[in-house]
Amino acid sequence: MSIELRTSPHQVSDRSVPTIMKHVVLSLLPVCAFSVWQYGLSALALLLTITATCLLTERLLNRSAGQPSTLGDWSAAITGVLLALTLPPSFPLWMGVVAGFVAIAIGKALFGGLGFNVFNPALIGRAFVQAAFPVAITTWVPAFSAQRFTELVPTTLTAPLMMPPEIVDWVKQQAVDAFTGATPLARWKFENVVASTYDLLTGAVTASAGETSAILILVCGLYLAARKFMDWRIPVAVLASAALTAWLFQWYDPAHYPSPTFVLFSGGLMLGAVYMATDMATSPVTPLGVWIYGAVIGVVTVMIRYFGGLTEGVMYAILLGNALTPFIDLYTQPRVFGTRQQGKKK
Amino acid sequence: MRLPFLKRAATFEHGIHPAYHKETCSLPIKRLAFAPRLIVPLSQHIGKPAVCCVNVGQEVLRGQVIATADGFVSLPVHAPATGVVEAIGLMPAANGKMVDSITIRVYQADGQAVQVSAPRDFESMDRKELLAAIQDTGISGLGGATFPAHVKLSVPPETVIDTMVVNGAECEPFLTCDHRIMVERTQDLIRGIRIAMKASGAPRTVIGVEDNKPDAIAAIQAALPADGSITVKALETKYPQGAEDTIIYALLGREIPAGQRPAAIGVLVNNVMTLAYLGRLLPAGEGIVERVLTVAGPAVERPGNYIVPIGTPLRFLLEQVGAKSSAKEIILGGPMMGMTISSLDVPVTKGTSGVLAFAEAQLAGEVQRTYTCVKCGECLKVCPKFLNPSQLGLLAAKREYAEMAERYNLDRCFECGCCSYVCPSHIPLVQQFRIAKAVNREKSSA
Repeated sequence: MSIELRTSPHQVSDRSVPTIMKHVVLSLLPVCAFSVWQYGLSALALLLTITATCLLTERLLNRSAGQPSTLGDWSAAITGVLLALTLPPSFPLWMGVVAGFVAIAIGKALFGGLGFNVFNPALIGRAFVQAAFPVAITTWVPAFSAQRFTELVPTTLTAPLMMPPEIVDWVKQQAVDAFTGATPLARWKFENVVASTYDLLTGAVTASAGETSAILILVCGLYLAARKFMDWRIPVAVLASAALTAWLFQWYDPAHYPSPTFVLFSGGLMLGAVYMATDMATSPVTPLGVWIYGAVIGVVTVMIRYFGGLTEGVMYAILLGNALTPFIDLYTQPRVFGTRQQGKKK
Repeated sequence: MRLPFLKRAATFEHGIHPAYHKETCSLPIKRLAFAPRLIVPLSQHIGKPAVCCVNVGQEVLRGQVIATADGFVSLPVHAPATGVVEAIGLMPAANGKMVDSITIRVYQADGQAVQVSAPRDFESMDRKELLAAIQDTGISGLGGATFPAHVKLSVPPETVIDTMVVNGAECEPFLTCDHRIMVERTQDLIRGIRIAMKASGAPRTVIGVEDNKPDAIAAIQAALPADGSITVKALETKYPQGAEDTIIYALLGREIPAGQRPAAIGVLVNNVMTLAYLGRLLPAGEGIVERVLTVAGPAVERPGNYIVPIGTPLRFLLEQVGAKSSAKEIILGGPMMGMTISSLDVPVTKGTSGVLAFAEAQLAGEVQRTYTCVKCGECLKVCPKFLNPSQLGLLAAKREYAEMAERYNLDRCFECGCCSYVCPSHIPLVQQFRIAKAVNREKSSA
């Protein structure tokens, strides 16, 4: 009998990084399916293109660095899917390719790959294209148009390096009632019109591909949290602090500021709180740190929405939270057992 | 999921729920045959090794002292079988070193009753006599810590022990020998507790047993003395419930101040096996010549709890229980903190609580790909000492061992392995911490 020497522990849990990441991707599939059902072929093309770009970029960078493939950890797939879900369904595919490349190359690989990135890669990609293509990223199309499964939005197949065509006439042809071409947040900000909570919850609003159904995102998040693939404290902290801030403003001036429900269920807050802020590598690890981090994101999101030039603030709030993460971790180190205050004495 | 308001059993914060594999817990303790040769190391305890007092060729009786204690922090060694001393010299030990050992060729045909004894009445003895008698039994911490029992029970005059905690948690997977002892030798255990209380001056005792052993709790409950000085409490089944810090916190709500011993907060912790043997051997006036241990693991044909003479080589033990040819890793102790051995000639000693045999495919380390730390924070959620293993791991990778100790409390780590257990990146965290501690120790002694 030949025996081997190992050091303890000799028994480990069966959970691994790929398992966690795979479940995150799987849990996003219902959200993807819903957005494809809403927006049709263009949303599907955008999802597939960006995810493929992310995977390809990751593989190429692995190869150029002489490393083994890291596609197996599923993290590039998450970046791709999440990035696509934050973009308008009409977003030109070539711009999506740029976003995907930037997300992986600059957002992740440049820092040293998975675990070393400071910012959420998907949001780096989105921030880049928001700065580069401000018009395309705010061009919205109606959901549930009749031809959505038979024809693409004219902007989808814009030739590379070309600006997308004007689609106002095309949108009119779609003859979807009540389509305004503006997101609920923009309508609130510029027209002071508050969308109904029912519409926000069911996704009957203008938005990015994956931001529409707050309920669906919440359910998928609950699944992840129940299986312990996600830290539930972060979305709870983000949503609670955003709701609390919104409630305070509404209490101060009910005529001007919308209700906390509108703040929670509009725009990208739900997707951001559940899937972006919870990115492990870019969020704090300490028990106190995650609450602070979540609270910062929630408050900053509402502040940008109310006082900033942009209609939506989730992306920058999370990027700011990411930037603060190392400091939050540093200053919230847990108190070691035996140095804490003496607990209940029996 | 366990809801806070439904939680009844006492527990500590953090920790893990590994697969427990306690299949052997219902099997009664069985006696194992004597190996043809027993290898008895002179040092099976923490402290000075015993001094050999027999010669090669000398016949020894089972229970006879073959090595005497060298001072106070030392223990005598008794002959585990009647036979003849065949050799005195270096033999392999579990940690890979060669240690002084007495090899006894067993007279297989001879009756193997304990031949040497001097019954005592512990009720009439004073504390000093009692401690000397405890030392004579040769008992060290049988849970695996191997600290001499009489040293632990010698409470300095300025220290007051208000509670003795008896550790029946047995939180390591696979091990069930403490469980069987609590069920089958309950009277020995209670007697041992009374001896230890008398020796240490502790006025009350709390026995903590994990709630996956309801029969043990019931057996102890039925045997408790009427005066109420001894109580038993159910603990949540969670690893590492049986560590000193965690069991005291779970039962008494007290934290041992960082870097101090339990006595600092008036507590003494003893393992059930130690006390059960104390309660059996001290009144009989015998020395410890055998112990109950669990032999289990996927590569064992007949797992169970066996009475094994001290000095039995593992090769013989594994032959007796039918180790499968697929066995690749032999672990002394439990799978979370036990160590693998490099040679099957290593003997069972006083501190051996279990022998586990794993086959290749069941090994923890089976070629698992390591990923970089994704900062998921799982290790912080399980560390019973509230350390930051994630940060410690990142520093260890950079060999910043001094910073690990100075800023991140490396020395508070007691190597329970929870962090390595949960790490989804399969980073060998606790393994790195051991190296870091060893390097720091070397540096500080240099």
